[in-house]
Order: sequence, then structure tokens, then C-alpha cells
Amino acid sequence: MRRLGYEGVVVAAPVSVPYARFSTRTAHAFLGELLRTILARTGLAKARIDGLCVASFSLAPDSAVALTEHFGISARWVDHLPFGGASAILALHRAARAVQAGDAEIVACIAGDTNDPDAFRRSTAAFSRFGQDAAYPYGASGTNATVALLTDHYMRTYGVEAEDLGRICVAQRANAGPYPNALLRSAMTMEDYLASRPVAEPLRLFDCVMPCAGAEGFIVTTRETAEREGLPYANLLAVMERHNAYPDDPIQMRGGWAEGRDDLYAQAGMTPAAIDFAELYDDYPVVVAMQLEDLGFCDKGEAKAFLRAHDLTTAGSFPVNTCGGQLSAGQAGAAGGFLGIVEAVRQLTDTAEGAAVPKADIGLVTGFGMINYDRGLTAGAAILAR
Amino acid sequence: MSAPRRNPVLAPNRATIPPARRSRVATEMSAWAAAGVFALQTCGECEAVQYPPRDVCRNCLSPRLRWRPADGAGALLATTRLHYPYELYFRERAPWRTGIVRLAAGVSVTAFLHPDLGEAPAPAFVTARLDRAGQAALIALPDETANFEVTPMREFTASPKGRKILVTDAASPAGIAMVKAMCAAGAATVWAGRAEPWGVVPGYEEAIAHPAVTVLPLDVTDGDSVTSLAGRIGGRTDIVVNTATYHRPGRALGAMGVESARAEMETTYFGLLRLARAFGPALAARAAEGPNHAVAFVNLFSITALVASPAKATHSAAEAAAYAFAQGMRADMRASGLRVVNVFPGPVDEGWNQLDLPPKIAPDALARATVKALETGVEDVFPDPVARQWYARWRDDPAAFARELAEAGA
Ligand SMILES: [Zn+2]
Repeated sequence: MRRLGYEGVVVAAPVSVPYARFSTRTAHAFLGELLRTILARTGLAKARIDGLCVASFSLAPDSAVALTEHFGISARWVDHLPFGGASAILALHRAARAVQAGDAEIVACIAGDTNDPDAFRRSTAAFSRFGQDAAYPYGASGTNATVALLTDHYMRTYGVEAEDLGRICVAQRANAGPYPNALLRSAMTMEDYLASRPVAEPLRLFDCVMPCAGAEGFIVTTRETAEREGLPYANLLAVMERHNAYPDDPIQMRGGWAEGRDDLYAQAGMTPAAIDFAELYDDYPVVVAMQLEDLGFCDKGEAKAFLRAHDLTTAGSFPVNTCGGQLSAGQAGAAGGFLGIVEAVRQLTDTAEGAAVPKADIGLVTGFGMINYDRGLTAGAAILAR
Repeated sequence: MSAPRRNPVLAPNRATIPPARRSRVATEMSAWAAAGVFALQTCGECEAVQYPPRDVCRNCLSPRLRWRPADGAGALLATTRLHYPYELYFRERAPWRTGIVRLAAGVSVTAFLHPDLGEAPAPAFVTARLDRAGQAALIALPDETANFEVTPMREFTASPKGRKILVTDAASPAGIAMVKAMCAAGAATVWAGRAEPWGVVPGYEEAIAHPAVTVLPLDVTDGDSVTSLAGRIGGRTDIVVNTATYHRPGRALGAMGVESARAEMETTYFGLLRLARAFGPALAARAAEGPNHAVAFVNLFSITALVASPAKATHSAAEAAAYAFAQGMRADMRASGLRVVNVFPGPVDEGWNQLDLPPKIAPDALARATVKALETGVEDVFPDPVARQWYARWRDDPAAFARELAEAGA
């Protein structure tokens, strides 16, 4: 059966709330500031928000419904997505269908987290049952240990050098330079990258995101409403998500993108060659490398050659993570996954806060998350266009 | 050889333990590891092997998952070295090497790596050991015979090597064997407790002649004797091996009065209680002091602690009481990473079991099994065929097994 497209569904009002390494403010405060900024920039009255989709790790014991009361919103549609780095694509997916079906007219998709020095340890210890039973007792701290193992295996299998993955980190740092909201903006050379201390070998410090506090969000609505309200927007062309793909792979070498990409490009009516820039989920550079393969920019095992042949900076031949991504901006909890959509919509609406991609007509955005035990379970992607 | 004294100006090193929280079903894996078995769930309907532990089969969704001894053979796919783990226990001992092993059974496991196991790809052998939280930890070895007397593998043992050990009753056949076995295993010091300094016990003089052995007075039925000895050596003891037991064959209705049964309780149960309260806190306080820190409290029980033998009804009662108390000890000692090792032999080949039919375990074999349990970090020890058979039947259906023994009258 052919999937219904997203004709008439748009994304608008991309907003980043400035990040802080640590904060004494709550997730509620960050999400409140985010929503207030969205309303201020769009000129929409709060009562116009009739759908609310929330992602946060540090909102407990509250949920999206509790936030409707906290924020004084009478929504007719809510969703709460505790799905880590995949939450943004999933939020976009659900909100788009709600808007398309008329269940809501304007859905605010918001994500935000606070960060205190012990928060990451606590959320890691209890992230999932399989993780609690089979990963955390082995010294795993966050996802570093699991991704270090995937990286070791990936590098070994395809003869990838540290410099190959380093190209991703170095290019993204260059992209972060002009972006005021990035926590890491100072220039980084390949030598700096290679000299950074080992964290979980083969991962270095600069292969890992810096956890921080912050919020990211956007609204999903119809083209008709966006135009009536005078909102710059990006059109949603295609979305895919896939969970627990390839469970029989002994160790993760590909994500669900490989399973869903044909459907994704068919829905958008294009091939990977049409993509002008990509906001690829970047908790670690190996995840970016795998996506280049899984999403069809090169064959499996060829990301190394692709990275050697392309310039990933904003003005380069294949711009990736154009405001520095999480690797340079910081990872504001669940908001980290929203940064890609927010940045893509900024590029497509000529409102970049850092450097603008010279030709930004079609952008690819991805999400990845839920490292429950030994692999990331959820992969998602969306194609947005002017 | 005596360990350097701790600098009194520095804060004592408090014991930390790895994360102990597990799902209920994962705790079952730890129960198997406590008895020295690496077990995985296998589906009772489709035979699919499962990991991590789950509640329904990943293949056919059947709830009939059964624990079975697993084949540890597999292939090491990837390795890492963790330099900055969050948990204090790991951070204090960083870096840690871990890896992913694909078992021949078709599941991938995250495991600690033995230092002799190189980088991937390589063949590996996975075993389950108890970590210092008393939970199952999977460890990938180059082969089954890998040496655990190396960093950090020694964390998964309670090895007697280099440690100071109290054997509470060194004058019994089992006590003599235990003193000899601990010396042979490289104990730095063996304190041999002796309640009554008279009489000749065959083999005793030879056992205490070892240069590591010092005889000290200890009567576990006397509170003052226990606290006095704890005051003398409690702050230096790394392992307590409680061999003090008292038993006389006695059926439930077989004798008048309670004197013999009371004496059994006084030694076997109250003796353990006195020792635990006198030595336990000092052991816990020293559970992180240097490489040969305090590590274990060993109880020499009998398999009748699990299920009563009608021919030894009063003895079984005292054993059961002591075992019940030991379960409480285990809970209280867990926070400091101390192991409570319970040894459950069948009939031991010594005087008071003369009328038991063979097979009976020789005291030397019992002591060797105890040393091996300490060296492999096992907490529940069933050292002989009778014990293993009773244990298997007890695990299978304790109620039915108790009725079976009652009907057999033995
Ligand atoms: Zn099954």
C-alpha cells in the first residue's frame, strides 16, 4: 500500500533557547521560555496552540499533559515522546499526521532539558531495563561505551582511520564558529582532534557530545495557516522511522535508515543527489558515517572515501550539521535531536543564526536514539524543502 | 610478610560497589552465577537462546523461558577501554576493558575482558562471575583456564592468596583440612581457632606447624572469647572461615530432653551469630583496604540446611537456622562488597557421620572445594555428588523433595 504524502504540511517557527553547560533552572523553565519565544516570534496567541508534543528527560514526574496545565494551554491533541535522539523526527511525523487529519491546527513540538552535574549518571543508570541489566553494570556511562564498541568494530571492518571520523568533528566545529548558541566555537584542527584525550577507546573527547541544558522547538501546521499568519515555513516532503531494524546483526553496522530510505526518497520524489545539505544526528561521528551509507550517499563501508572527497562545512560540497551539530553546539538532552530540524528550517527560511548554506533548497534531517543495550534502536529521517 | 600499616592521617578508603540494580529475571542469572554456572534463558517452545534476560521469547513470544547452562564459546567482535566511567566503583579502578562477544548460541553479550584477551577479532570464552555487588558479571577470557589472580580479574574472586584468614575451629577434621588448604592456597596468615587446648586430634599438629599458622583461643559458644579475639585480630582479618559446628545424630522423636539439640544451636547458630556481629563490622570497614582487602565470610554448613534429613532432625534444624541467618548476613554485607560464601556438603567423612553410607566427602576435598569457591568467586558451594543431587532436586521442587526425604526416612 502506498503511503499518504504530506502535501500541505509545513514546519515553521524554529527556535533555539540558549544552552548552558549546567543550569539550576528546570526543564519546565526551559520549555516555557521556548514556547514563549515561539509565540513572540510568530505573533500567535497562546490559545492558538491546539496541539502539544513534548520530549524531555528531566521533566519527571510531569508529562505533556501536565505541561498543558503549567502553561495554560487547552490542547486538543498531545503527545509525549521519551525516545531520546529520535524524538524530533517522531514528533514531526506524529504532528504532521495530526495537522493533516485536522485533529490539530498548530502543533508546538518542544523539547528541553536541564542539566546538573549528576543528572546524566542518574538518567543513564535507569534508562532501560536491558541497559540496567546488561550494559550499565559493565561501566557504561551514557552511550559512550556502546558506541565505542560499534566504532571499534566499524573502523576495523572498513579500515577507517581516526582522521576519517575526525573530518566530521573538525568540519562541524568550523560550522559552529559563526553560530552564537554553540557551546564549543573555538577553532579545532585535526591535530587538536587527534590529541584529545581518550574517553572510551577508540572514542576521544571530541568524538563525544557535551551534555548541557537548553531547549529547541518548532511548530507544525498547514501551509494555509502559515501563509495566513505570515510565517516563513519549510514544506515537509517525506518522513521515515524504523525501530529495532536488523536485530540479528551481531553488532550494529547499520541503522533503520537502510531499511526505510527507498520509501523516504520515493515519498519525496527524489534521489539522494537532490539533497543540498544534511542535518545528520551526530551523537558520535561514527553515527554520521553510518548514515552517509545507510541514506544512500555512498555504499556500505564507503563513508571513509566519501569523507575524504567532500567538504562538510556550510560552504562546502556537502554541508553537514550546518550550525555545528550536537558535537559542537552541545547536547541539550532531548532537545539535541531537535536541533537538526530547527537548523534545517532556519536554512530553508533564510533565517540562519550562523552561516547560511549558499544553496539550501532541500534539506535532509535525521534522528537516532534509544541505545537500550548494545545498539541504537530507533532511526528516523525527514526531507524538508522550500 | 605483613602489609604496610595504613597511614592514620588519611581518610580510610570506603568500599564502593558496582551498580547492583537488576530486573527480577536478571537476578536469576546471578543466582546461577553464585553457584558457579553461566546460564542463559532458552525458550521452552522454540529453543531460541535469549540475552539480555527477558520475560517472553524474542522469537515466538512464549513465556516458557528456562535457565540452562550456556556454552561460553564465541567470537570477540569489538573492544573498548573505558577511562571515565561514572560509577565510583568503576572510576576508582579505571580504565576498564569491555567488549562485545557473539556467542555460538546466537546472542551478543557485553562483557568485561580478561587482560590476556587481545583486540577483536578473536575467539573468546565467556564465563559468569559474581561482581562485588553480588550480581552476575560476564567475563570474556582467552580460554577456560585463564588466570584470575591479575588486575582487575581478582575483583571477581575472594582468593585466599596473600590474605589473613581465621579458621574458627581448627581442631575438627574439616578445620584441619581448611587450615592446610588455606596455607597451600597462599594465605599470608592463618589464625587457627582452638576451643579446648587439650586432647590429641590426628593431623592437627601437622597442620599448625606451617609457618603461616598461629593458634589462638576461640570458643564460639562463649561471647567473651569471640569478642576478645575480634579485638585482637578483627581489624586485620580478611576472610573468616567458620568451621565451628556441633552435631549429634538425632531423630525428631529419638531422645529425651533438649541438651544435645541446645548444644547444636549454641555452636552452629549462636556461634555464627556471635562471630558475625563481632567480626562483620570490622570486615566491612576494611573491604577496600589495599589489594588484599577483607573479602569474605565463609560458612561451612551442611546440605541439610536447605532441606532436613529426618535421621538428623536436630542437626538439620540448627543448620537451617544458621543458613537463614547467613541470608541476612549476605544482605548486610553486600553494601561493602563482602561475599558470604555458603558451603553445603553432603555427609563429610568423619566420626559423627560414621553410620552414613558412602559416598561421603573427605575433609580435604571439602577444603579444596572451599578454596576453589573463593578463587572463583562462587557464593553457593555444593562440593560433592550428594550435595549436588540434593541441590538439583531442591531447586526443582523443594516441597516435593522434602516429602520424598520424609518418606525415605533417611
Ligand atoms: Zn520461543
